[in-house]
Amino acid sequence: MRKSVLLALAILGGLSAAAQAGDQTDFVTVERGRYLAVLGDCAACHTAPGGKPFAGGVPIETPFGRLVGANITPDRETGIGDWTLEDFQRAMSEGVAKGGYHLYGAMPYTAYTKVTAADNAALFAYLKTLEPVHSEVETNQLPFPFNIRLSLFGWNLLNFTKGEYVPDPKRDAEWNRGAYLVQGLAHCGTCHTPKNVIGGDKNDQFLKGNVVDGWLAPDITGNAHEGIGKWSVDELIDYMKDGANRYDIASGPMAEVVEKSSSQWTDADLKAVATYLKSLDGSPTAPPAPLAASDPRMVAGRAIYEDRCSGCHVGKGEGIAGLFPKLAAAPLVNNADPASLIRVVLAGSRAGATDARPTGPSMPAFAWNLKDEDVANLLTYVRNSWGNAAPPVAAGEVAKLRSELQP
Amino acid sequence: MAVKLPRKDVVVIGLGWAGSIIANELTDEGLDVVAIERGPWRDTARDFNIATAADELRYNQRQELMVRPAQNAITVRNNASQTALPMRNWGSFHPGNGTGGAGNHWAGITFRFGPDDFRLKSYLTEKYGAAAMPEELTLQDWGTDWAEMEPHYASFDRIAGISGKAGNLNGVIQEGGNPFEGPRSEEYPTKPMRQPYGPTLFAEAARKLGYKPFPVPSALLSEAYTNPLGVTMGPCTFCGFCTNYGCANYSKASAITTVLPALVRKSNFTAVTNSEVLRVTLDRSGTRATGVVYVDSSGQEWEQPADLVVVSAFTFENVRLMLLSGVGKPYDPATNSGSTGRNYCYQTANSVQMFFDDKNFNSFIGGGAVGMGIDEFNNDNFDHSGLGFFGGGSIRVTPIGAAPIGSRPTPPGTPRWGSKWKSETQKAYLSTMSIGCEASSYAIRGNYLSLDPTYKDRLGRPLLRVTFDFPENDLKMAQYCTSRVAEIARAMGPRQIVERPMKGHWNSVPYQSSHVVGGFVMGTDPTTSSVNKYLQAWDVPNLFVVGASAFPQNPGYNPTGTVGALAFKAADAIRTLYLKAPGALVPA
Repeated sequence: MRKSVLLALAILGGLSAAAQAGDQTDFVTVERGRYLAVLGDCAACHTAPGGKPFAGGVPIETPFGRLVGANITPDRETGIGDWTLEDFQRAMSEGVAKGGYHLYGAMPYTAYTKVTAADNAALFAYLKTLEPVHSEVETNQLPFPFNIRLSLFGWNLLNFTKGEYVPDPKRDAEWNRGAYLVQGLAHCGTCHTPKNVIGGDKNDQFLKGNVVDGWLAPDITGNAHEGIGKWSVDELIDYMKDGANRYDIASGPMAEVVEKSSSQWTDADLKAVATYLKSLDGSPTAPPAPLAASDPRMVAGRAIYEDRCSGCHVGKGEGIAGLFPKLAAAPLVNNADPASLIRVVLAGSRAGATDARPTGPSMPAFAWNLKDEDVANLLTYVRNSWGNAAPPVAAGEVAKLRSELQP
Repeated sequence: MAVKLPRKDVVVIGLGWAGSIIANELTDEGLDVVAIERGPWRDTARDFNIATAADELRYNQRQELMVRPAQNAITVRNNASQTALPMRNWGSFHPGNGTGGAGNHWAGITFRFGPDDFRLKSYLTEKYGAAAMPEELTLQDWGTDWAEMEPHYASFDRIAGISGKAGNLNGVIQEGGNPFEGPRSEEYPTKPMRQPYGPTLFAEAARKLGYKPFPVPSALLSEAYTNPLGVTMGPCTFCGFCTNYGCANYSKASAITTVLPALVRKSNFTAVTNSEVLRVTLDRSGTRATGVVYVDSSGQEWEQPADLVVVSAFTFENVRLMLLSGVGKPYDPATNSGSTGRNYCYQTANSVQMFFDDKNFNSFIGGGAVGMGIDEFNNDNFDHSGLGFFGGGSIRVTPIGAAPIGSRPTPPGTPRWGSKWKSETQKAYLSTMSIGCEASSYAIRGNYLSLDPTYKDRLGRPLLRVTFDFPENDLKMAQYCTSRVAEIARAMGPRQIVERPMKGHWNSVPYQSSHVVGGFVMGTDPTTSSVNKYLQAWDVPNLFVVGASAFPQNPGYNPTGTVGALAFKAADAIRTLYLKAPGALVPA
C-alpha cells in the first residue's frame, strides 16, 4: 500500500513539471496526447459531425445561450497554430486563452485545471500534429450581457479553484488515477454535478446528478437508490467500455461519451475510474416510500405499461440485458428528477453502439400517441413498482418538456 | 456513360442474408468490400420502431417491404405456348428490398435440408431404380453432401441464434426433436419457442397417431441471445406482426438484426444503397469478371471494378443479372441445353383448415415460425414405392398471428359481405386453425427462367420471365400429403375441415410462398449446372453466385437456412481455397 502511494506521488508529481514536457515531436508523447484527447473526449465539442477533426463548430447549448466549440487545429489564423505550450497550459489550468481573454465554463477548465502539466504538454504535442484547418468559428454566441467576457472574472472568483490534482496519500495509485481522471480530464462533473444559478458546480454535491439539455445525468456516487451503488466495479466497467451492463444501456449524451471516449479507455483506466466512483459516498437521505398500487395514477400507469412497454422491458421491469434497460432498481428511474425518463418516452432514444456491443437498440418515441397525463401516469407507475420508489410525475412536467422538445 | 470508381477487392450485389454474411466473412479476411443494394438502408431502430411497426395496412396489405414492381417486375406464364404478362402487384411471392432483403419480412422457419436432398437424383435412383423416376422430372444432384454442408448450417444457426430442439445430435436421435433431420454437430443455440394452443393440440393429435412432433426451428428467438459478432437479440413476444413485417423487438433474425450492425462498423466495408446493378462486366475472353456497373437514384451510372464479384441478390435478380451479363449459356427447354435459367422450382403449398365450436385459439397470438411440425411425410421419409410420385412436405401448425384485415376465416359457402359474413367471422375468428404442408417442388424441363422478349424495365433492360406450372408429380404428391394432413385434422375433432391441396395450374395471384429457387444451379456437370459446389461460376472463376438460385430442386422445407449455409460455404471456399489459388476450384 505504502509503496503504491509513493509510486503514485512519483508519477503524478514527477511528471507535473512543465520543464519535463520533453520533446514535443516524440512519438510516445504524441501518442499519449492522442489517448488523452480521447480520455477527455475533446472531439465532443471540437469536432463537428462530418467535419474535420478538432476544427470546432459544435454548438453547445447552455442555460445562458449558445457557445460553439473552438477550432483547436494548428491553423495560425483560426486555430491554435500560434499558441505556445504555455498558452495552452494556461487555457487548461486557468481558463484564459492566448491574448488574455477568459474562456467560458463550457470549456471545462474548472476540471481541466487538475490536469498535470506533463499531460497538457502531451495533449498539446498531439494537437500540433493535426492537419491545420482554416475555419473561423465564432465561439461566443451568447446574448448580452453574458457575451461580455469580463463577467467571467467574477464567475471565476465564485466557482473556480485553480490547481493540479493533488494525490491523496491515504489512497492507492489506482484510486488516485481514477480521481485524477474523473475530477480532471474526463470532466464527469461537467454533466453529473449539480449547478448553482450561475452555472458553477455545487462542489459539495459532486457527481450527485444534474439535468443537461433535458437529460438527467444521474447521480454516479455510491447512492444505492438514485445512484450506481448497486453496480459492481465490473458492471461499471462494462457500462463505460461496452455501453451496457446487466442494468442499463447508455443512451443520449452518455451514448456519445461511450462511443467516442470511454469505450477506448485502457482497462486500467476504466478500473481506476470505476474504483474511484465506487468509493464516493452516496447521499444519506432515505428513499421515499413507494406509492400504493391502488393509487389511480398507478392503476392507469400499469395499464399503459402493459400495453406499450412490457413487450421489451418485460413484465416486472427486468428488461433484457444489453438490449432493453432494466427498469427495476435503475438509478435513472429512482431519481427524484424524472427529466430523462420523460424525455425518452416522448422523444425516444438510440442506445450507443460499440465494437463489443454493436446492436445499438432504440426506444421508440411515444409523443405522438401518449398524452401528457398518460406519460405522467406511466412513469409514476414505473417509478413506484418492482422495488422502485420516487416522487410521482405530474402532467405539467411532461407538458413542459414536450414544448421544449418541439423543434 | 459510367464513371469509373477505384478498384475494390470484392463487390457484393445485394445485402440480404447471403450478401451480408459473405461481406462480413470477407472483411474478416481483410479484404476491402463494397456492397451494392438496390433498396434503402434498413435499420430496426428507425424503420421498425415498435410504435409503428405493427401496421397491417402498411406492411401486409400495401407490402411496404417488398420491391416495387415499378423497379423490378417479372413476367409470368404457365408454359412456352403462352405469352407472358408482367406482374404489376406481387401475389404468389414477395421479393424483398433494401438491406436485410426478404430476410426482413420472412417468417423465420429455419429448416436444414436432409442429407439425401443434396444427392436427390442418385439417392432416388439407387433406392427405387431408374424406371420408377417419373419421366417429366429433371432432378439433379447438388454436387455437395451433408458432411460438407453441416458446419455451414451450424454457422448460420449461431449467427441467427435459431431456436429449436435437436432431433439428431451426432447420429443419436433426441427425444422431442425432429428424428428425420440430418445429424447435427451441436444443439440449437436457443431453446425451443413456447407453443400456443393450436400447435399444442396438433402435436397431441399427431403423437396419438404415432408421429413424432417437434418444435419448428425458428429464427424468432425464444430467449435473449448474443451472437458471435456481439449483436444481441431479444425474445419473441408472439405479437403476430411477423411475416411480411420487420421485427420491432429485435427478435426475428435477419441480416439487419444479426450481421449488419457489426459489419457496418468495419473500415474495410462500404455499403452503397438505392443503387441497382445493371450487369456484371466481363473481360474480352468472357472468363473473368472485371466488376459491375450500377446506377444510383439520380440515374448516374458507375463502374465498380473488383477482383472478385459476389452476386447474392434474390433468386430472380441473380438469374436475370447472369442472363443480362452473358454468364453461362441461356437454357433452352426445346433442346434441353444451356444452364442459365434451368431447373426453376417453387414450393407446393397445401393446407387443411379446421373450424371448431368449442375452442379458443386466441389467433392473434403468433409469429411466423412459432409452431409444431412433423416430418413423416416429407421428402423420402415415407416409402414412395408404387405411389407414382416423389417428394413430400413439412406438415405443421404455425399460427403467424391473425391480423384483422387479412385474417377473416369463414367456412366455405359464407357470403363475402353482409350480416351473415359478419356473424360467421365473429364465430370463426378465434376458433379456426389450420395445418399447413409446405411441400417439395421438383424440376421439369418446361419450367425455367429467361429474359422476356417484350417487357422491359425503366432502364430498358428485359424483365425476367418465369415459365412455370406444377408438375404432375407435385400435384399427386400434394393430393397424397394433404390427405395425410386431413387424417390428423379429423383426429383433432373439429366441426368441419376444408382440404386445400395444390391443384391445377400455377396461379400468380394468390400468395403461396416466396420460395422461388433454381435458375443458376449447383452441380457437378457444367452442361447442366451453372456453379460448382463452392457457388463459383463454372465459366467465370472470380464470380460467385449465391442464393436459392443454386438449388436444383426444392425439398419440402423453407429455403432460408440453406441459403445462409451456402453463403457461409461460398465465403469459406473463398477464404480457404480461392484466395490462396485464384482460379477454378473444381475442374470443369
